[in-house]
Amino acid sequence: MSKALLYDATLCIDCKRCEEACAEQNGLPYNETIAAEPQSEHKYTAVLNKNEKYMRRLCMNCQDPACASACPVAALRKTPEGPVIYEADRCMGCRYCMLACPFNVPKYEWGKLLPKVRKCTMCSNRVQKGLQTACAEVCPTGATRFGEREQLIAEAKQRIHANPGQYVNHIYGLDEVGGTSVLLLSSVPFEEFGYPGAMLDEAMPLLTFRVLSKVPDVVTLGGVLLGGIWWITSRRADVAAAEKAEKEGPGHGERGERDE
Amino acid sequence: MNKPRFTFWKLVLGGLLLAGAYALTLRFVRGLGASTNLSDAFPWGLWVGFKLFSVALAGGGFTLAAVVHIFNLKRYQPILRPIILTAFLGYSMFIISLIIDLGRPYRVWHPLVMWNDHSVMFEIAWCVMLYTTVLLLEFIPALFERLKWKRALSLVHGITIPVVIAGVILSTLHQSSLGSLYLIVPGKLYPLWYSPFEPVFFFLSAVCAGIAMVIFESWHSSKAFGKQLELPLLVGLGRVLAVALSVYVTVRILDMVHRGVFHLLVLPRTETYLFLLEAALLVTPMLLLFWTRVHQRLTGLYLCSVLTLLGVVTNRMNVAITGMEASSGTYYFPRWTEFAITLSLVASAFALFALAVKYLPVFPQVRESGMFRVAQPAPGVAKSRLRAPEFTDVRS
Repeated sequence: MSKALLYDATLCIDCKRCEEACAEQNGLPYNETIAAEPQSEHKYTAVLNKNEKYMRRLCMNCQDPACASACPVAALRKTPEGPVIYEADRCMGCRYCMLACPFNVPKYEWGKLLPKVRKCTMCSNRVQKGLQTACAEVCPTGATRFGEREQLIAEAKQRIHANPGQYVNHIYGLDEVGGTSVLLLSSVPFEEFGYPGAMLDEAMPLLTFRVLSKVPDVVTLGGVLLGGIWWITSRRADVAAAEKAEKEGPGHGERGERDE
Repeated sequence: MNKPRFTFWKLVLGGLLLAGAYALTLRFVRGLGASTNLSDAFPWGLWVGFKLFSVALAGGGFTLAAVVHIFNLKRYQPILRPIILTAFLGYSMFIISLIIDLGRPYRVWHPLVMWNDHSVMFEIAWCVMLYTTVLLLEFIPALFERLKWKRALSLVHGITIPVVIAGVILSTLHQSSLGSLYLIVPGKLYPLWYSPFEPVFFFLSAVCAGIAMVIFESWHSSKAFGKQLELPLLVGLGRVLAVALSVYVTVRILDMVHRGVFHLLVLPRTETYLFLLEAALLVTPMLLLFWTRVHQRLTGLYLCSVLTLLGVVTNRMNVAITGMEASSGTYYFPRWTEFAITLSLVASAFALFALAVKYLPVFPQVRESGMFRVAQPAPGVAKSRLRAPEFTDVRS
């Protein structure tokens, strides 16, 4: 079954221990300056603070990710366990994933000569071992919880149901872009923290694959059509040439229709 | 030849290439971040815009190849080779700018062995690679004629039709796919440009740009080399361009009607102004070309082809840059290095074209009307051909 994270902003106390654990897990630097920074190529998750309302930003690890469908070399991939992983050895740096991501998550190592794409990969190596993500493990209040996606959805629904006034009546990530492996609950609209508000409920890859899936048809039909046209026009030219040779006449007319 | 003017353009070329070489050094020594204005918020910039329109302007290659070989309108043959050469140079510039733009250029071959058939970019990579090969095969007879390699020549001529058919199909696929790239960004591309029919628009406008390029190039080769298509042929092309533009403009208007975005045109925003510029550049030649006084004259045809080309370039830039800016939350303007590399690529394409014309039979004088037959042996000295008068119609 697919794993997921549930972040409940109302339980968050902005202790930023998830940021620190994330940095440690991924071998990234962490200090007070970095703590104040937004998501970047050296910071895969950030706790935002807006008028004492908090919100985490991290890769949503979409169920059917736009980045994975965009990547020409399949460097980004959705694993059955939930995480969307990145194989740096395949990446050629076209950055189409950055364009395609509806949440603007993938960041690029612009300062390096041989850059990589950087993003949260939901601690895929830990998850594969049956562990929870570093951020969920370290969270002191249970604001970030790790578990089965179905169970977390049920729990989120129950929390909204039990405390109707406390939450925006919406689980962000339940249906957005076909669902994500990171689910969010909040007391203020998600747009205030940069989450796109009006999202399609269908998976983004469908937008391009609907067209791409027609490629074999275009090739087959195009070949038949163009071959057929050529067969007719070249036959016509042959006949015209033969007639011309027979008559030995001045030879005009059949092609002169456009030469006014 | 006008000597001072020649020297002036040589100087311009030299200057651009120098600036380009310096910018290229910066890009490979300091990396993308330090040498460009690209960022996490704006990962695709001027180079992507350049790639989009260099391929569109090369659209003449498949359009004219289909006209001459598939529809068998052999009277357009004399301009086919220079157009194929233009297309080949256009795609070469696409590939070079891609290599410069890639974060890890040495992995440009990865799509060959690492497949993702759900990726538009993957399909484009394959199509561009295969179609550049097709263009090479379509142009290589010029080299074989020059070298008088008769066996190789008859071999290439033997596969003309399958190669041309493959070329048309590949072009249809990737010209439209360059538009499909943007289907996955419904929340990011400004609604004046985002449309589920983007692939259709990209294909149709590439056909328009292709036809305009044939007129444009015929006019220029007449200035530079004293060679051009006969006026009736150009007039015919002008009419085709008028219809092609009408179809393209109509489809775009219908799409805007169905998506209900006309109200956006009253907003005083950069997107509005640049959209109106794009529209004006495409609608003006469309209307003018229906006017006999314009499409019966070389100057009129030339002017309309220039407007069309500028219109298509503006469209590609609008999709790549203008339309993506608002959602990115930042302001992007290309750094001088991005301009220098782009302009020096354009300049090298012009220089390579001139070189090819000088040393290869790009403008063969007279061709036999038979499709597979080898053209008359090219005169040995290139210069004598340069002085030759205008083409004579093959059948006259």
